Amino acid sequence: MSLLEVQNVSKAFGGIQALNTCSLGVEQGSISGLIGPNGSGKTTLFNVITGYEKVDTGTIRFSTQTITNAKPDNVFRLGIGRTFQLTRIFPRLTVMENMHVAAQREGARALLSRWSSTHEQKRALDLLDFVGLTQLKEMPAANLSYGQKKLLEFAFVLIAEPQVILLDEPAGGINPTLIHQVAERIRTLNKSGVTFLVVEHNMEFVMGLCEKITVMHRGATIAEGTPQEVRTNPAVLEAYLGD
Amino acid sequence: MKLLKIILLIALLAVFIAFPFVFSDPATTTIAVFTLFFAAAAVGWNIFSGYTGYIALGHAVYFGIGAYAMALLCQYWKIPAGYAPFFLLPLTGLIAAAFAVPFGWIALRTRRHTFVVITIATFFIMQLMAYNLRFITQGSAGLSLPIPFDWSADFFNLPFYFVALAILLLALGTSWWVRNSKYGLGLLAIRDDEDRALGLGVNTGPFKLVAFVISAFFVGMVGGLHAYFNSSIFPPFAFDALFDVAIALMAFLGGMGTLFGPILGALILVPAQQYLTIISQSSGYNLIMYGVIFLAIILLLPEGIIPTLSKRWNKWKASRNSSKLTSAIATSPGSEDSIVVESSGKGVEQ
Amino acid sequence: MANLNLILGAVITGILTGGVYALMSSGLTLIFGVMEIINIAQGALVILGAYLSYWLQANYHVDLLVGLLITMPIMFFLGLLIEIVFIRPLKLNRTMLSILVTFAIAMIIEGVLTNRVGANYVELNAWYVDASFKIGNFYLPYIYVFGFLLSVFLLSCLYLLLYRTKFGYSLRASMQNRTAAELIGIDIERVSAITFGIGVALAAAGGVAFGATNLFNPASHYDLISRLLVIIVLGGLGSLRGALVASIAMLVIGDVTAVVWSPVWSSTIFFIILVAVLVIRPQGLFGQPEGRKQ
Repeated sequence: MSLLEVQNVSKAFGGIQALNTCSLGVEQGSISGLIGPNGSGKTTLFNVITGYEKVDTGTIRFSTQTITNAKPDNVFRLGIGRTFQLTRIFPRLTVMENMHVAAQREGARALLSRWSSTHEQKRALDLLDFVGLTQLKEMPAANLSYGQKKLLEFAFVLIAEPQVILLDEPAGGINPTLIHQVAERIRTLNKSGVTFLVVEHNMEFVMGLCEKITVMHRGATIAEGTPQEVRTNPAVLEAYLGD
Repeated sequence: MKLLKIILLIALLAVFIAFPFVFSDPATTTIAVFTLFFAAAAVGWNIFSGYTGYIALGHAVYFGIGAYAMALLCQYWKIPAGYAPFFLLPLTGLIAAAFAVPFGWIALRTRRHTFVVITIATFFIMQLMAYNLRFITQGSAGLSLPIPFDWSADFFNLPFYFVALAILLLALGTSWWVRNSKYGLGLLAIRDDEDRALGLGVNTGPFKLVAFVISAFFVGMVGGLHAYFNSSIFPPFAFDALFDVAIALMAFLGGMGTLFGPILGALILVPAQQYLTIISQSSGYNLIMYGVIFLAIILLLPEGIIPTLSKRWNKWKASRNSSKLTSAIATSPGSEDSIVVESSGKGVEQ
Repeated sequence: MANLNLILGAVITGILTGGVYALMSSGLTLIFGVMEIINIAQGALVILGAYLSYWLQANYHVDLLVGLLITMPIMFFLGLLIEIVFIRPLKLNRTMLSILVTFAIAMIIEGVLTNRVGANYVELNAWYVDASFKIGNFYLPYIYVFGFLLSVFLLSCLYLLLYRTKFGYSLRASMQNRTAAELIGIDIERVSAITFGIGVALAAAGGVAFGATNLFNPASHYDLISRLLVIIVLGGLGSLRGALVASIAMLVIGDVTAVVWSPVWSSTIFFIILVAVLVIRPQGLFGQPEGRKQ
C-alpha cells in the first residue's frame, strides 16, 4: 500500500485541463521522481496534494487518511512537506527565525512563550549544519544567494520531521557541485526513513537519484517505472519530442 | 550591551515620569498628553498592522467605540467625576475588542488591498451609526462625560498623563511579548509570505484575528481616555478619519513592525501637528503643511526612522571590521539589537 | 408609505447619478488595475475639477460642459505630474505608501482650496442645473440627464481607447500581467503615467456632474472617496465593468432606500451592502480571486 496515493484527480483552470484523471502512488521509504514536459501538470499536482488548490474530481490519500481538498496547514501537520519551484522563504526573517516558523508546538500557551525553545534551537542548528548554513544563521534570508535559499527552504521543511517531502525542482538554477550536495542530502535523509517525491527537469539528477519515475503529459500519467524503463519508453520520448 | 540598553530604557522611563513636573505649564502638558494618547494607539495599531503587514485604516472605529462606551457607562452607572472613570478603561477596551471580533473576521477574509478598503468602510458605517442611532448616541448632539471640577487647571492634565503612560507601557509590553513569542514569529511569517506560512502549519486565520483584536483593545482604551479628557464626544470627534492616517503615519515614520518606532513617530508628529494647528487658524495652511510633511517623510524615509538608522549603524560597524573575507549587513525586523553578521565565505556558495 | 411613482423616480435618478459615479470610479479602478495603487486623492481631484469649472464659469462665464475642454486637459497633466513626481519613486511597499502619499496629496488639495476659496458650500450653475423637463409623471432635472449622457459619452470613449487603440492594448496588457507586458516591450512607466492622467481627467469630468448636483466644499472629498472606494471594491478592483455595475446598483439602492425608508440610512446601506457582498465574495462582483503565488 502506497504511503501517498493520488487517484484519478482532475483539475481544470478555466478552459485548461491541468490535471486529467491523474493517478500516482508513492511508496513509503522511496525516492520517486516525477517528470514531464512543461505544462504537464506537475506543479499543479503538488499544489493539489498540499492543499494549495482544490481538485475537481478524484481523491488523495495519505497513509490511512483522505486528504483531498485539505487545507495547507493540515496537510503539513499530517506529515507532508514541500518546497517550491521558485524558492519561497521569509526574506525579512533571519535564517534562524525562518527555521523556527515550521517548528510545531502544541497548545495556546506554547505560542505565547519565546519563539525558540532549547530543543527547537538544537534541532534547527542540527539542520542548518546538515545543509551547511550554520554560519549564516543570523542573516536575513533575503541576503542569501539563490542556492543558499534553496537549502534553507529544504532545511526548514525538515524541522517538522515530515514523512514525505515533495521537492519541486530542487536542482533548478544551481551549480553542479551544489546539485551533487543536494542529492547526497536527499539520500542521507531517505536512509533515515523520509520518503521523497521529486519533480525535476534535470534528467541526470532524476535518473541517478530516483528508484521509480512517473511521467506526466497533459495532466495525466503516461508511464511509470524504473529509470531504465522510462528512458526507453516510446510514449515518453514522444511526449517530450512530439509536441 | 544588553545592560546598557536596560539602563537606557529605565532612564527614558524616568524622563517620561518626571516630564510633567518639570514642564508643568498646562499648554505643554496638554500636548504631552496627546502625544501619549497617539503613541499608545500607534503601538497598539502596530501590533496588528506592523507585524502582519495588513494595513488597517479603520481603527478609528475602535477609538470611537471606546469613547462612546466610556460616555455611556459613565451615564448609566452614574460614575462620578474624579479617578473613578479611569477604572472603566479596561472595560472600554474590552468592548472595543468585542466589536473587533466580527469586524475583523469579516475584513480578514479579504487580502491586502480589499482589506484596506473594507476597514475604511467599517469606519464610515460606524460613523454613520453614531449619527443615526440617536437613541443610543444622541446623534450629532453628542454625549457628555463627568467633569472633575475639583481638579485645578494646573493639576488636570496630570492624572491623564500618567494613565496614558500606563496604557502606553502596557501596549509596549504586549508588543514586546508578542514580538518575541512563537505567535509573533508566525505573524511576521504571515507578513512575508502568508501562503507559505500556512503551508508550514501556521494558523493564519486565528493568528491575524487575535492580533487585530488586541490592537483594537488598546485603541479602544485610548478612545475612552480621550473622551474623558475631552469631557464630551460627538460623532466626528469620536470617529475621525484623520486619526487612522495619523497613527499609521506615526508607526510608519518611526518604523513599522519595530517596538519603539510608533512611539518615536508620535513624539515627532503630535507636537508638530499641534503646532501647525495653532499657527494656521484653519485657513487651510495646516492641511497643506501636514500634507507636505507627509510626502517628505514618505519619499525620503521609506522604511521609517529606526530601520534606516539601524541599517546605517550596521554598515558603519561592518566597515570597521575588515579582517573577515566578506561581510554582510543585517537587521531583523523589529529587533532592537543591531546585529553585525560576517560570513567567512565558507559554507555553501554559488 | 412610499408609492410606486416615488420608487420608480428613485430608480431613475439612481441610474442617472450612478452613471456619474461610474465616471468618477472608473478612473480609480483603472489606476488600480494598471498600477496596483489606490488613489485616495481621487475624491479631492473630483472636487478640484468642480472648483476649476466653478472658477471658469464665475469669472469667464464659460459654460460648465464647454469648460471641460479646458479642465480635462489641465487635470490630465496634473495627473501625469503627480504620478511622475510622487508615485513613481515608490519602490518598496507600494500599496501602503501609495495610500499615504495620495492621502497627503488629497490633504494638500483640500488645504489649497480652503485657503483660496474658503470653506463655504458652493454649487455649480448653468441653465440646465435647476430646470427640468417632464416625462410622464416625473420631473427629470436636465442636469441629471446631461450628467448621465456625459458619463456615457466619456465611458464610451474610454472603451474605444482601451479596445481599439495601440495604447489601450498596452494598458490592458499591463493590467493583466505587468511583468509579461514589460517583456514584450511595453513601457510600463509610460503607461502608468498616462493611465493616471486619464483617471484624473475623468475625475475632472465627474467633478462637473457631481458639482452641479451637490453642494460641495473642500472637505467634501472624504465622503466622496469613501463612496468611490466602496464602489470599486464592490465591483472588483481593476474591473471597469464592475465599477459601472456597482455604481448604478449602489446609487439605485441608496436612492430607493432614501424614499422607502429614510434618507438618513441611504449612506449606511452603501457600506452594509459592501460588507455583505465581501463576506460571500471577497473579490467583489467582477474581481479576480486573490491569486496564489505559483
